[in-house]
Amino acid sequence: MTTAPPAPMKSRPVYGVLAPLPGTAHLMVADGEGGAALIDLLAKADDPAMLATSHIIYVPGPNGSDMTHDVQALGAAQFRRSPTIAAALPRLQKVLADAHMGLQVYAAGTEGLIGQVQREVMLAGLPWQAVRTEHRGSTVRRVQCVHCKGITENVRTDPFPCSHCGLNLFVRDHYSRRLAAFQGVNIDAEDPGRVPPALDRFA
Amino acid sequence: MSVGAPKIPVTVAEVVTVTPMVKRFRFVRRDGAPMLPFSGGAHVVVEMDDHGTRRMNPYSLMSAPDDTSGYEISVRRDDAGRGGSFYLHTHVTPGTEMVIGSPVNLFPTNARARKHLLIAGGIGITPFLAQMAALQAQGGRFELHYSARSSDLAAYADDLTARYGDRVHRYLDDQKQQIDLANLLPGQPLGTHLYVCGPKGMISWVRSTAHALGWPETAVHSEEFLAPPIGAPFTVELATSGKTIAVGPAQSLLEAIEAAGVVAPYLCRGGACGECETSVLACDGQIAHNDHWLTDDQKASQTRIMPCVSRFAGASLVLDR
Repeated sequence: MTTAPPAPMKSRPVYGVLAPLPGTAHLMVADGEGGAALIDLLAKADDPAMLATSHIIYVPGPNGSDMTHDVQALGAAQFRRSPTIAAALPRLQKVLADAHMGLQVYAAGTEGLIGQVQREVMLAGLPWQAVRTEHRGSTVRRVQCVHCKGITENVRTDPFPCSHCGLNLFVRDHYSRRLAAFQGVNIDAEDPGRVPPALDRFA
Repeated sequence: MSVGAPKIPVTVAEVVTVTPMVKRFRFVRRDGAPMLPFSGGAHVVVEMDDHGTRRMNPYSLMSAPDDTSGYEISVRRDDAGRGGSFYLHTHVTPGTEMVIGSPVNLFPTNARARKHLLIAGGIGITPFLAQMAALQAQGGRFELHYSARSSDLAAYADDLTARYGDRVHRYLDDQKQQIDLANLLPGQPLGTHLYVCGPKGMISWVRSTAHALGWPETAVHSEEFLAPPIGAPFTVELATSGKTIAVGPAQSLLEAIEAAGVVAPYLCRGGACGECETSVLACDGQIAHNDHWLTDDQKASQTRIMPCVSRFAGASLVLDR
């Protein structure tokens, strides 16, 4: 007897392809290969004023890909490189706090970057759907341990040991927009020590 | 309210002439019990027996949402319509016994919004009356831009100014005043949600202006109840029930289905909510899609119909109902 593959989890984010939208200002946040999505986005813009009203925040990717030079060369009105996503967040928060309606927000790159941009935008009062997204490059995940609530960045294997409490966590597709993280659940709770071999699921 | 949900037997407690075109009706429960509280933006379907024709029209609740002693609606008389508002204006007096549905909200304020920008045209002010009362109580930040034909037709404008001060902005057509959307929208802080209720032209003007200025669709909310249009009579086959029914010129398809004793789902009866969506099994002719629920592609495919407002012309229409 065969069974149908399980339906995708409802909370699993779905991403699109960036395309220019009308707006009085444009905020673009990308990491790693997401830089190429910004280059493609601006190549599609038929409004020459878009660059002059664009603010780009760029972070190198988790696998070391760094498109800083090419993204900066686009010539946006403002460009800022941050070494990490965490370091970019205060700037993102400040930009959103000062912004008015008419701002379009674009996020491209890893799921962790996109999710954290969506979370900040949501906290600023916009619907999360207002962020235009495109997933590019690395598939590593940002995972919350449902037991200790600690977040482990750049998870590559499943299961993996929680970087906070050390429990062996199974990586679910169950996703939290509020936390911008997938959920990790202890895999050997009932039979401690019986942990399946870690598979390289995310690269 | 939908089939199976409790209906509320009410008595009309008060009828007040608000403007030459608008009357306000207050309903209290016949059994003396309190009404359910509702949320700002909710509507009720009011049932009417208009000389043998059963009418069920949606009206926004305009009383304060936490006032459980009664519900109030304001109705603009539409002499060219099918007669629901005319019936309320001419036949309903204090003491009249009626039946209304439970409140349904298709136009709620967004609880996460930083600010609420409310745009009303004419009688479209009604849902905002309840919303502003609720926002005021919660300390929500809002601003009303209210456009009306003339001062004496701007229902409740003076009351609103007295209550909410400079958060209320009035625009009168006969004074050549118009809402300056192009300057109003870009100045709003991030996290503002925009709400518009009024005539069709105003809703599409506000929506398209907001889109062009970069407002995300999910931050723009509108409500417009369509009255079922009058049209040529037509015949429909209801496959599941095994009945063939005739739809009269001033009758909606939904009303004809109900008159034939077939139970069909509905909520708003005005083409907005999607509840009555029905599969079309066969269609030899043209469906007049009058709703704003189905997508353009769905409308073109002629495989779905909203019986509350849409009509048909052609040889045969078979519905899965």
